[in-house]
Amino acid sequence: MLAALEKNPVAKWLGLALVVVALAALPFAVEAGAGRSWVRIIDFALLYIMLALGLNIVVGFAGLLDLGYIAFYAVGAYMWALLASPHLSANFPAFAAMFPGGLHFPIWILIPMGALVAAIFGVLLGAPTLRLRGDYLAIVTLGFGEIIRIFLNNLNAPINITNGPQGINKIDPFSIFGVPFNKPFSVFGFTVPSVALYYYLFLALTIVIIVITLRLEDSRIGRAWVAIREDEIAAKAMGINTRNVKLLAFAMGATFGGVAGGLFSGFQGFVSPESFTLMESIMVLSMVVLGGMGHIPGVVLGAVLLATLPEAIRYTVVPAQKLLFGKQIIDPESLRMLLFGLALILVMLYRPAGLWPSPVRKREFATAEKAGKVEPEQYPDRTEANEGARL
Amino acid sequence: MSALPLLEAKDVTKRFGGLQALADISLTINHGEIYGLIGPNGAGKTTFFNCLTGLYQVDEGRFMFDGAPLNVKAPHEVAARGIARTFQNIRLFANMTALENVMVGRHVRTKAGVIGAVLRTPGTLAEERAIHDRARELLRYVGLERRSDTLSRNLPYGDQRRLEIARALATEPKLLALDEPAAGMNATETTSLKGLMERIRGDGVTILLIEHDVKLVMGLCDRVAVLDYGRKIAEGRPADVQRNTAVIEAYLGGSLA
Repeated sequence: MLAALEKNPVAKWLGLALVVVALAALPFAVEAGAGRSWVRIIDFALLYIMLALGLNIVVGFAGLLDLGYIAFYAVGAYMWALLASPHLSANFPAFAAMFPGGLHFPIWILIPMGALVAAIFGVLLGAPTLRLRGDYLAIVTLGFGEIIRIFLNNLNAPINITNGPQGINKIDPFSIFGVPFNKPFSVFGFTVPSVALYYYLFLALTIVIIVITLRLEDSRIGRAWVAIREDEIAAKAMGINTRNVKLLAFAMGATFGGVAGGLFSGFQGFVSPESFTLMESIMVLSMVVLGGMGHIPGVVLGAVLLATLPEAIRYTVVPAQKLLFGKQIIDPESLRMLLFGLALILVMLYRPAGLWPSPVRKREFATAEKAGKVEPEQYPDRTEANEGARL
Repeated sequence: MSALPLLEAKDVTKRFGGLQALADISLTINHGEIYGLIGPNGAGKTTFFNCLTGLYQVDEGRFMFDGAPLNVKAPHEVAARGIARTFQNIRLFANMTALENVMVGRHVRTKAGVIGAVLRTPGTLAEERAIHDRARELLRYVGLERRSDTLSRNLPYGDQRRLEIARALATEPKLLALDEPAAGMNATETTSLKGLMERIRGDGVTILLIEHDVKLVMGLCDRVAVLDYGRKIAEGRPADVQRNTAVIEAYLGGSLA
């Protein structure tokens, strides 16, 4: 079907136009059908797509199991919170003298800065782990993730940088060209609600991130990442500077996490260390694994499913119990985790390569036992085939 | 064959704890040669390879390559200098296709970075096309073009060996170091591999060959060095080495007399 689309440019553009219209209409359709809270859930799903795509570079492409990925989300979120809220001016007289109203950087500066600062943290946290692989790497990255969270939790004394467990509030909402995102926006008598404005911003950035990841995957750098995942010693022997290429994977992954974190911060208007627990790291990793490690459409699917399904369960279990038993027996929160865990186990049992694996990985799981069935080429009559090939 | 040295090993010594894996190995490989390195199991052949290709650091001695000292701190620098290798136990990128494996080999001779890849600049696109075309040509060179889209893990054994050679050739080596390429091959495959190696040499690449198959080594190599317990016990033309008593002893376990 895709091949047919390639050959038919009209159908291709028509299909693309349909997708654009569908994505543009989505928040309105969802609001009409399920209520505004669901548009908010979709906004969060978009943030999770960015996170999952970032982690996919580290885990899916380069094969470096990172259990502390949420730290970069935290770094992005706090950087944004500090640079777009009155917090620093309220706590440091020197700052207050310079910026009496607090720091309020525009989004054009904050997004690249979030990306840059997270990338620096990615390299800093990646550098000491370069010699580690597998379980050992997982443990160290898990530690790093926790260190960042604990720092954020405790950096309110002796000097108050992060305001500790209370978190930072009064973070500026986004505004682009003077249009604030925290109020409905009217054009030609047509009103776009605030959550839909966020949706469009997040969607645009998600698409940028998807395009970047797709292009990186199909490039010299992407191949080097996969080569390291497959066999690090052979990759070195082929002249790949594994140190730099791994650090690049950490930095790129962290960049997406930092951008998502910044958006989260501006969207919520409030950040606290609670949002960056180990559970969140595991959640993002589950999205990558469940969707299909290393396969971008699969990772997007995994993120959408894991970000929306628990909410769907939350919204359905209470009415369902009331309908069946006349009262609520099980707390929806615990049931939610139970069903979620069950779903993960089922997927791993029946689709070990993920829900939507890359064709290659699918083959890897399916053909392990019939690998020997490929017939060897007949060597002696090869001379004609070789003609024209030069060293 | 010109008699210009391409690689000179001088007194290379490598110890693992108390084990002397290599003791003062000196040898010279000339441009355009097929140079064989043979010896019983555990003689230090692969250790010599690993020292040469930077996987191990030598304890003493040094290598001169192409007229300059080979001071490598990391294996990837060796590939950049023009030494490519294959592995005794095949180390392909199992879940990449044959074509992608060879494309990875072009890494060291290309330079596109993140920005070029993301923006798809004309330069990057041209480079990418060149990588692709070159990889296809090399697959054709080793006779695997019909396998280009097969995952390397699913290739038959002999094809995996050839693919490893194609991948090594993609780095544009001056010296191709092959670690037991004929191991596990049947007679037909070995003959055809011999033809491939002769063709590679004919196209100007010097070959360093570790091999157990004495028949292959004798029929193919210009010169041979024999290692035993980390020492070089003989060096010379295959026919001479074959008659060397020390070599016969090393292989047959002591004189019969």
